[in-house]
Amino acid sequence: MLASAIVLAFQAIRRNPARSFLTVLGVVIGVAAVITMVTLGRGASRAVADQISSLGSNLVVVRPGQRMGPGGERAPQFRAADIQAIRARVASVTAISGVETAGATVVYRAHNWSTSIVGVDNDYFRARQLRVASGRLFSEAEQRSGRPVCVVGETVRRELFGAADPLGARVRVKGFSCDVVGLLTSTGQASMGMDQDDLVIMPLKTVQRRLAGSNDIGQIVLSVRDQESLERAKAELTQVLRERRRIARNEDDNFNVMDTRQIADALTGTTRILTLLLGAVAAVSLVVGGIGIMNIMLVSVTERTREIGIRLAVGALEGDVLLQFLVEAVTLSAFGGLVGVALAAVSSIVLTRMMAVPFAFDPAINAVAFGVAAAIGVVFGYVPARRAARLDPIVALRHE
Amino acid sequence: MSLPPLIELRAVTKVFGEGPSAFQALRGVDLSVSRGEFVAIMGPSGSGKSTAMNILGCLDTPSAGAYLYEGVHVEALDRGQRARLRRRHFGFVFQGYNLLPRTSALENTALPLIYRGLRGPARRKAALEALDLVGLSAWARHSPAELSGGQQQRVAIARALVSNPTVLLADEPTGNLDSEMGRGIMDLLTALNARSGLTILMVTHEPDMAAYAHRTVRFRDGRIAADDARQAA
Ligand SMILES: Nc1ncnc2c1ncn2[C@@H]1O[C@H](COP(=O)(O)OP(=O)(O)OP(=O)(O)O)[C@@H](O)[C@H]1O
Ligand SMILES: [Mg+2]
Repeated sequence: MLASAIVLAFQAIRRNPARSFLTVLGVVIGVAAVITMVTLGRGASRAVADQISSLGSNLVVVRPGQRMGPGGERAPQFRAADIQAIRARVASVTAISGVETAGATVVYRAHNWSTSIVGVDNDYFRARQLRVASGRLFSEAEQRSGRPVCVVGETVRRELFGAADPLGARVRVKGFSCDVVGLLTSTGQASMGMDQDDLVIMPLKTVQRRLAGSNDIGQIVLSVRDQESLERAKAELTQVLRERRRIARNEDDNFNVMDTRQIADALTGTTRILTLLLGAVAAVSLVVGGIGIMNIMLVSVTERTREIGIRLAVGALEGDVLLQFLVEAVTLSAFGGLVGVALAAVSSIVLTRMMAVPFAFDPAINAVAFGVAAAIGVVFGYVPARRAARLDPIVALRHE
Repeated sequence: MSLPPLIELRAVTKVFGEGPSAFQALRGVDLSVSRGEFVAIMGPSGSGKSTAMNILGCLDTPSAGAYLYEGVHVEALDRGQRARLRRRHFGFVFQGYNLLPRTSALENTALPLIYRGLRGPARRKAALEALDLVGLSAWARHSPAELSGGQQQRVAIARALVSNPTVLLADEPTGNLDSEMGRGIMDLLTALNARSGLTILMVTHEPDMAAYAHRTVRFRDGRIAADDARQAA
C-alpha cells in the first residue's frame, strides 16, 4: 500500500509541475529567509563581541554626558589638567590618554581617502594594546608641541600608498602637511562596516590645534593594572572628576565611566534587538511562504477533490487516498525544506562576507525553520485531501 | 427460487437538498437483478437513472429504503465496508467519463489495479489488454485531452472492465460513439456477459443498444414505469 502510494504521489507531482513548483517555492523562501536572517543577526552579535574583546579587558573609557552615545544635555568636555589629575591620584592607572577625533580627507599625490583622524598621546597605544608594524610612535617633543606627524592604519596605507612605502611620506590633511612616521599593525578586524584599520593617529595637540581648533578633549581612555583594581580605579576616577567639575553632593555625574564589559553589554544589547528584529521579519516571510502554500493547495482543491472522487470510485479506500496525499505533501515539503536550507547556507555565506560579519552557523534555527515550513506544507497539503477523502465519491466527483 | 437476487432495491428513495429546495430524484424504486443478467435502463432525462446507478455502485447512499447486494444490506454498511464492496465487485462507466487529466489512457485504465495491489508489469499488461478490447491500444500513451469524446468513453469502459468486476454499471457507455463503434462495444459487452457471466446494468437512450440486453427497465419521474421482467412474471 505504501509502495503504490509512493508511485501515485510521484505521478501526481510529475503531472502538476506548476503546483509542485509553487509549493516547493513557498517552503524554500520561508526556510531560506528565516535561516539567513537569524544567521546574519548572530554573526553581527559575534562581530561586536569579537571587537569588544580586542579592546582588552582592563580598559576604561570616560566620556562627557550621563550616558554613552549621543543625546542628553551638553556636558563640558575634558581638559588636559583632568588627565594629569587622574594620573596623579588614581594609583592603579597604567596608561592614560585624552582622545579627540575628527573626520578628514587625507591626500597623497593623486590619491585621497576619507578617514577618521584620532588625536592621542603615546599612552593610548599602550592602553589599547596597539603597535606599530614599522616606523615609530610620537616623540615627546612632537606630542608637546603638536607637530604634524602621524601613524596610519593598514587600510589608509593601502588606499593611499598602494605598493609604495608610507614611512617618510608627506600627506595633506585639510590645510596642513603631515609626515607619516609609523604604520599601525593591522588588527585584521573589519566588522559591520566599522573597519578598525581605517584611521590616522596624530598627537592629541596636533588634532586639537589644527583640526578641532580648541583644547577640548572628547574622551579619556585609560587602562588599569589588573581586573581586581578596576572597580576601585573607577570609583577614584569618578571622585577626581566630580571634584574637578565641581559637582555638588546631591547632583548626578555629568560624565560616564565604562569599562570593557559595560561597553560590550551595551553593544550586544543593541545587536540582540537587531537579531530579534531580523528574526521577526524572517518569521513574517515564513508565514507568507506558508500562506503561499495554503493558497496553492486551496486553489487546487477543486481539481483534487474530483481526482479523489475518481480514485474512490475506481476502488481506492480512504486510507489509500490519504497515504498518497501525505506522501506527496511530505515529499514536496521536505524537498523544499532541503533546498531552503542549502539556499540559506549560500546566501548567509555571501551576505556575511558582504557585511563583514562572521558566519555563525546555527543548527537549531536550521532545524526549526525546516520543521515549521515542512509542517505547513504537510498540513495544508494533507488536510484538504483528508476532507475530500471523507466525502461520498459521488459528492467529490460533483465538487466544483 | 432459492438463491437471493444479486442486486435488490426495496422502496429506495433519494432526496437531494433540504427544505423548500429539496428534490426527490427517486421516489420508491423496487428492482431486482440476478447474477448474469444484462439489463438496459431507459427513461427520459432527469428521471433518476444515474442517481439509481450511483446508489447501485455504492458511490452514493439511498435516503430511505434498502439496497441488498448478495443479501447484504449495503445501506447499513460503513464507508470502509462500502468502499471494499465497491472495489471487489463493481466496475463503473460514468456518463461524464471522469478520467484523470494529464494522465495517459494506459495509466487511467490501470488505476483500479493499483488499488487492488497489482505490481507494475502486471498492471501494464492487464491495462493494455483492456484497451485492446475497446480498440484503443494504439492510443495508450495519450492523455484524455488528446483523445476524442468517443475515445475517452472507451478508455472509461476499459477502466471499468480491467478489474474483472462482478457487475458492470455503465451510464450511457455508447452516448458518444457512432453506431458502428456502439455496436462494437455492445458485441463486447454481450460476449463478456455470455462468456464470463458479467452482470451488466446499462443506461441508454438508444433502443438499438437496449435491444442487446435481455431486459429493459424504464424510469419515469423517479419511479420504475415499466420492467420486462415483471411483465414476464
Ligand atoms: N447532486 C444532486 N443535487 C441535486 N439534484 C440532483 C443531484 N443529482 C441529480 N439531481 C437531480 O435528480 C434528477 C435525476 O437526475 P439523474 O442524473 O439521475 O437523471 P438521469 O435520468 O440520469 O438523466 P440523464 O438522462 O439526463 O442523464 C435530476 O432532476 C437532477 O437535477
Ligand atoms: Mg444520467
